[in-house]
Amino acid sequence: MAQQISVHDPRGYPPKVVGKQLAPRLDSLDGKSVYLVDCLFDNSEIFMDEMRDWFAANMPQVNAKIIKPRESWVDDPDMRASIETDGDAAILGVGL
Amino acid sequence: MSLEEAGVPTIAVHTQVFERLARMAARTGGMPTTRQVFVPQPIVGKNAAELRAYIEGNDPVSRRPFVQEVIEGLTGPLSSEDMTGLSFERSTPRLLEPDTEDNLHQLFLEQNWTDMLPIVLPTEERIEAMLRGTSHDRGEVVANLRPAQFREFWAITVEKVAVNAVMAGAKPEYLPVILALVSSGITARSSSTTSFSTMAVINGPIRGEIGMNDGIGALGPYNHANAAIGRAFALACQNGQGGSVPGETYMGSIGNGLSYSSVFPEAEERSPWAPLHEQHGFNAGDSTASVFLGGWYKQSYYGPRAHWQERFRRCLTASEVYCPPLIVMDPTAARAFAKLGFDTKEKLIEWCSENAKVPAEEYWDDQFANTLHKPWAVAGIEPYASRYKAEADELISAFAADDIHIVVTGGESQPACFMFGGLFRGADGPNQPMSIDAWR
Repeated sequence: MAQQISVHDPRGYPPKVVGKQLAPRLDSLDGKSVYLVDCLFDNSEIFMDEMRDWFAANMPQVNAKIIKPRESWVDDPDMRASIETDGDAAILGVGL
Repeated sequence: MSLEEAGVPTIAVHTQVFERLARMAARTGGMPTTRQVFVPQPIVGKNAAELRAYIEGNDPVSRRPFVQEVIEGLTGPLSSEDMTGLSFERSTPRLLEPDTEDNLHQLFLEQNWTDMLPIVLPTEERIEAMLRGTSHDRGEVVANLRPAQFREFWAITVEKVAVNAVMAGAKPEYLPVILALVSSGITARSSSTTSFSTMAVINGPIRGEIGMNDGIGALGPYNHANAAIGRAFALACQNGQGGSVPGETYMGSIGNGLSYSSVFPEAEERSPWAPLHEQHGFNAGDSTASVFLGGWYKQSYYGPRAHWQERFRRCLTASEVYCPPLIVMDPTAARAFAKLGFDTKEKLIEWCSENAKVPAEEYWDDQFANTLHKPWAVAGIEPYASRYKAEADELISAFAADDIHIVVTGGESQPACFMFGGLFRGADGPNQPMSIDAWR
C-alpha cells in the first residue's frame, strides 16, 4: 500500500457570509418611481434608454427614470441615497 | 444588494454568460435569491432596435418574457429564504486529509488549485523550509485578494503564500519576492473579460542574489527564478482569492498565456537609463517588485531604424487606450535610442506621449474609454475632460507620460522592443513599486 502523506491546503481565508433579507416587494408598479440604474458599461446607456421608452409606451403609469453612478465599477453612496429617498424600486444593468 | 438592504426592491440585469458568476456572487453576498434577469450576450455593439428586441424578448436563462421577469422580480411575493438570506462560515483547513501522493495530485487538479501543470506537493517539511526565506510570522496577512471588482475579498497569509510557492517549485530565497508581489493586492488571476494577465519587473540587488535572468530569453522559460516566481505569484493569487474557475471566478474570453508566469528583472547594469525603481523613489540598493496589470497585446519593433518614428507611432496608436504601453526594450535598442538623444527614459516616454495621437472620435469609439474614461471626463477630470471636449477629427494624445513605462532587459541578440499593455499598480495606487526588502 502506498504511503500516505499530509499536505497543506493552498487556499486563502474567505470572509464569513452574513444573510441579508430582500426588501418588501411592491403590490404593483402603478404610480411608482422606478430607477433605471445605468452601470456605465459600454452601451448600457442605450439599453436603459430603451427600458425607459418601453415603460413609457407600455406602462405609462410607471415613473421610470435613469440614474448613473459617478464612475464605473465603484460604489456611489450619493446615488444610492437618491434612490432610497426618491425611488420605490430599482433596475440595475447592464454589462457586456 | 445594498439597495435591497435599504428597503428598495431591486432586480439586476446581466447577460446570460454571467449567470453562474451572478448567482455565485449573490450567494457569497448572503442574498442567494437576489432577483436577477438575463438578456442575450452581447450588449456592446448592439443598436437601440436590437437592444429593444432583447427587452421585448425572452430571458435566455428562464425562457420567460424578460419584462415579465422584471415586473415579477419587483412585485412578486417573498419566500422564507428571501426573508432570511443565507449565513454560513467557511473555514480553510491548514492541512488536508492525509492521502497518497497520486491521490493528492489528483485532488489538487480536480479542485482547480493548480495551473493544470504538475505541482510540488506542499508537505509540512517543505513549508517549514520555505518559511525560512522570510522573517515574517506565518500568520501575517499579506493581502486581501479578489478576482474582480464587487467580488468578496479573501485573505492570504505568509504561510499560504509559502504553500503556493512550494507548489510552484520556488526556492526559499525567492519567498520575499513572491511576498512583495502578493502584497501589491493586484491579482495575477484577474477575472476581467479582457483576459488580463499580470506582469512584474524585479529591480535591485535581489536579481543577482537569486540568479534571475535579464539576458537571452529573459521573458521566456529559461531561468528557474524568473519562471518559478511568476508561477508562484499566479498560484498564490488564484488560491488566495478563492479560485480562478472559468464561468465563476474567471471570465477572460480568450485567456492569456502570460498568466502562467510573467516576471522578469531589469538589466540595470547594461541599460543607459535609470532603472524602474529609481524612477519611482527607491535607491539603487533597494530591491523592488513592480506589478503591471494587463499583458493584453504585444507589438514588436526592431531598431531604431530610419523610420522608427512612424513605426513607433503605429505601435503606440494601436494600443488599447485603457491599457497604456509597457515598453520592454533590449539593451542594444535602449543604447541606440540614447545615442539619438533620448538620454533618459523620461525623454523617450515624453516623445511617446506626444506622438500617441488618435482622432478624438476614434479614441471615444472604444469600450473602455466609454466605460471608464467617459464618467471621469463628464466629471471634469483631466486629461479626460479635454479629450472629451475635442472635435471628432482633432488629434488627441491617448496616453499621459505618467502612464507609459520603459523597462530594459534582454540578451542583446537583437535590438528588440516589445510593447505590452500594462497598468502599473501598487498597494496604494499607480506607479508604485513594492519593497522586497520589507519581506526578507
